[in-house]
Amino acid sequence: MLQQIHKDPIMARMTQAIESTGEYTLFLRDALFFLLRGRIHWTNTLRQMAFIGTDSLPIVLITGLAVGMVFCLQISGVMIKYGSSGVIGGVTAMSLARELTPSFTSVVVAGRVGAAIAAEIGSMKVTEQLDALTAMGVPPMYYLLLPRMLSAVVMMPLLTILALGIGLVGGTVVGVLAKGLILTTFIDSIKSLLYIEDVLKALLKSSFFGLLIATIACFQGIKTGQGAQGVGEATTKAVVYSLIAIFVSNYFLTFLLFTVLASA
Amino acid sequence: MIEVKNLKKSFGRKQVLRGIDFAFEDGQTTVVIGPSGCGKSTILRLILQLIKPDEGEVWVNGINIATLKRQEELDKYRSQIGMVFQSAALFDSLKVWENVGFMFLENTRMPRDKVKALAEEKLKLVGLEGSGDLFPSELSGGMQKRAGIARAIAQDPKIILYDEPTAGLDPVTSTVIEDLIIDMQTRLDGISIVVTHQLSTIFRTADRITMFYEGKILDTGTVEEMKHSSNDTVRNFLEGKVVAP
Repeated sequence: MLQQIHKDPIMARMTQAIESTGEYTLFLRDALFFLLRGRIHWTNTLRQMAFIGTDSLPIVLITGLAVGMVFCLQISGVMIKYGSSGVIGGVTAMSLARELTPSFTSVVVAGRVGAAIAAEIGSMKVTEQLDALTAMGVPPMYYLLLPRMLSAVVMMPLLTILALGIGLVGGTVVGVLAKGLILTTFIDSIKSLLYIEDVLKALLKSSFFGLLIATIACFQGIKTGQGAQGVGEATTKAVVYSLIAIFVSNYFLTFLLFTVLASA
Repeated sequence: MIEVKNLKKSFGRKQVLRGIDFAFEDGQTTVVIGPSGCGKSTILRLILQLIKPDEGEVWVNGINIATLKRQEELDKYRSQIGMVFQSAALFDSLKVWENVGFMFLENTRMPRDKVKALAEEKLKLVGLEGSGDLFPSELSGGMQKRAGIARAIAQDPKIILYDEPTAGLDPVTSTVIEDLIIDMQTRLDGISIVVTHQLSTIFRTADRITMFYEGKILDTGTVEEMKHSSNDTVRNFLEGKVVAP
């Protein structure tokens, strides 16, 4: 029976996927174990906060600005045509806060940070540095992995709120300067349609996306195969799996936060 | 003393160790030899519990290490053993002295200047004085190996494990590393286990040799005993002959 499973490529892939899911779950359990026992390497956590947060800021801000400007440009034409110019600011703000900014920020961070984490941890694995840490009584989970996960969870909402801010500025500039909307109307519309709970829920989403990015990247890093090819594969998997996880979980999170909880 | 009892380990469908029984004696350098893939490095990883055996036990100074369940117990156990990795495994992002003093920086509250002084002292022992402020990428392969040895002996462990310490080094640098292995064993008077298939390393460092072959122990003895072993495979290996057993 087992031999048949090994021979059948589809069954073998399915078995591998189930095994990987199980290993990922155990990996998360280990992370939780260290977190609950307070075994956190604060120095490395602060370093990672700088890398994930501060160093990602330029690209996140550029993306946030571009998304805000493009979105406002796209919807304002249609909405002016149908006589809804008074709510363009609000619709832009709501869309940016609820969906666009958390998603785009996560995609950018998955590309930049997820790839870097997987490549770094993977390189350390193939050069026996992870074994060296363990051999010296310093668990990689404590020294390397948990700091990255915590930093991503903390820094993602901060990046998202800044991206949202600059996205709104970009949208306002486009609305007012390119589409001739009145600034006060635009801002009043934002005030009336953008609720604080929308922003808080968006931050919660982005924090969850940060957790996904860092845990998937760390997991792929420690599962890296042999040599440079192994590191390359781990990096690719980290980014691809993170993006899939972000997009799939985004639907369920949105349903939970903006539909189930909103009607409760 | 380190005792391994009926140790078995597989990776996927490949059984690397098929039931190893052996005792690594105190005060001796035991060299583990054998062809590639015969489980030489695996036994070091099992002793450090970097991996777990499928079957069998590892006893270190009377303690079955499988009973060390708590992370802190394992960390403490591992920190008493020095390990020299095949690739040196120095941390790229840290300076050489930080690598050598890593255990003190992470596991104790010792001030950094004291750790640095201690690390410099260990670096001097391996002939790397003045290299502490360099990064590993600035060192040659042989120097990296020596820094790896300095890191392994930082806490004056009673057990040092060497995984292919002279692989890929030129003969002169190999001799330097072999001298260091002998010197460290003389200083620490504990257990040194050297995994290698370099003939010069085998003959120069071994008090006792054990040969692994296809996951089993083929023969064990002193250098002279092994050179005159009744087993053809052992003699051929030590003479570097390309002859199938």
